[in-house]
Amino acid sequence: MLNHLPILQVIVPLLAAPACLLLNKPRLSWLFACFAAVISLLISGALLYQVQQSGVISYMLGGWDAPWGIEYRIDLLSAYVLLIVSAIGTVVLLAANTSIRQEIDEDKQSVFYVLYLLCMAGLLGIVATGDIFNVFVFLEISSLATYALVAFGRDRRALLAAYQYLILGTIGATFLLLGIGLLYSLTGTLNMQDLAERLPVASESATVYTAFAFMIVGVCLKLALFPLHLWLPNTYTYAPSIVTAFLAATATKVAIYLLIRLYFSVFGADFSALPIQPIFIGLGLVSVFVASTVAIKQPNIKRLFAYSSVAQIGYMIIGIGIGSSLGLQATLLHLFNHALMKGALFLALAAVVYRIGSAERSGFNGLAKQMPWTMAAIVVAGLSLIGVPLTVGFVSKWYLVLASFQSGLWPVALLIVIGSLLSIYYVWALVESAYFGKAAMPSNVSSSSAANLSPIKEAPLSLLIPIWILVLANVYFGIDTRLPLEASATAANFLMGGGS
Amino acid sequence: MFYDLYNYWMVIVLMMIGLYIVISRNNLIKKLIGLNIFQTSVFIFYISVGKVDGGTAPIFSSTETLYSNPLPHVLILTAIVVGIATMALALALVVRIKRAYGTVEDAELQELDNRC
Repeated sequence: MLNHLPILQVIVPLLAAPACLLLNKPRLSWLFACFAAVISLLISGALLYQVQQSGVISYMLGGWDAPWGIEYRIDLLSAYVLLIVSAIGTVVLLAANTSIRQEIDEDKQSVFYVLYLLCMAGLLGIVATGDIFNVFVFLEISSLATYALVAFGRDRRALLAAYQYLILGTIGATFLLLGIGLLYSLTGTLNMQDLAERLPVASESATVYTAFAFMIVGVCLKLALFPLHLWLPNTYTYAPSIVTAFLAATATKVAIYLLIRLYFSVFGADFSALPIQPIFIGLGLVSVFVASTVAIKQPNIKRLFAYSSVAQIGYMIIGIGIGSSLGLQATLLHLFNHALMKGALFLALAAVVYRIGSAERSGFNGLAKQMPWTMAAIVVAGLSLIGVPLTVGFVSKWYLVLASFQSGLWPVALLIVIGSLLSIYYVWALVESAYFGKAAMPSNVSSSSAANLSPIKEAPLSLLIPIWILVLANVYFGIDTRLPLEASATAANFLMGGGS
Repeated sequence: MFYDLYNYWMVIVLMMIGLYIVISRNNLIKKLIGLNIFQTSVFIFYISVGKVDGGTAPIFSSTETLYSNPLPHVLILTAIVVGIATMALALALVVRIKRAYGTVEDAELQELDNRC
């Protein structure tokens, strides 16, 4: 049984999804989905433990030896990302029932959980697999589920957002497919490990450069790097709140994982044919500044934090661009930390939407009196987003600045700090209106009349508990940094230390 | 040169046509047609890669010894299925957009959204 953990990690949510459809009772489906998510969380915990104890796990699917068969390969980096995805996926799912009951029609709720589990299975599959074509398949499984999830949004603009995301996402995935085809035609293998060994021999050919360019652009579309981020704000704004929390915390993280995997493991860290590192640093910085500046003016808070996500992705890309082991470590730390803070923030916004019906800025005036716990969660997660000491955000920004100093890129370090100042601005503006603003006039609060007539109450416990689990994780890992630091340091050294 | 690599030239041509349609067309359905052409170009690429000159279909027989490589063909079967799923989902979305907005022209949709 223990030998089969790598495949169970993917299979459990994948098979639980159709089972949810058969149950076809919203509450029952939810309980079952939670059950499956908790199991996959336990599996990823066990995998991380196994990898830390005994090194890389290689699992041959159906007993066919790699590189002929499909190999699932769990090294420290994959185990670490698997844990992030399944942990956030589970916590968000715990909160889903309450929020979804309000935001989605009763007869479609079971389908929601089916799609949620499929999306989770796809994301976990991307991380677990060691086969590059398998990556494409899982990427499409998760993407297709995501498009449908986004379209569940109540606003009709959710449909357009989903359509736009579908077009861009498909172009990205097709680029990846083309890159995979080029690599296959050159090396005759699809196993990433095998590819990494065969590529250096052929690395001078134009085919490799083309494949590299197609794959990097394709993945960057998926992770919403600055000029390719256009799908993200609309998607996050109009998707149901739970979906936003799940996507913001996991989908972009998995895309970053994929970028790291392709860049460092497949092509190798010393693949320097194209000046990719300065490009990454440049685009990362532009991401941080443009997205943060745009975020300041947003009237919709969900959209504000969506732009802030683009900015945070910028930081992660800078870490990759610095190209040192410490820079990569900063990226991996931020991957973990950003999942925690954005998970907490968007879940708290889900609670706000649950009570007042929208996430418009005007609705936040004086909200701290009515929903003290929710707003406190937003404050703590916001502090973490800024990078205040004793929160996780500080740890990763600290490492990022440290890494840029170590590589002699002090202007980059300076710009990172200035970029963080911008995030103080937009977080503070929100906190100010919530704590010191006058309570909103009923007329501009929301469309749901029930919320206007009765005073706004604190969010129900079923939402507050998952929110505070994430918020406390923000603080806990900001103080006791051993788990993410150790895992990310070892993983970064492993990736930099001569290929896979 | 051109004739030898005819398939690959066609891949590039189709890919550019597809992308151009996606970018330039205003109608959501036409955009999807462009996307489909774009994906098809990659299918053709995979199929061309697997072809071995003079090789026959990879079916075991005692008389033939030269086979085309079946793996890219199998891979692309998967990708075709993915493409169909994407297209079905996209068309379903367009149907719902039409119901919600009453139009599938991008410019009109933008206008409707800006008004409210």
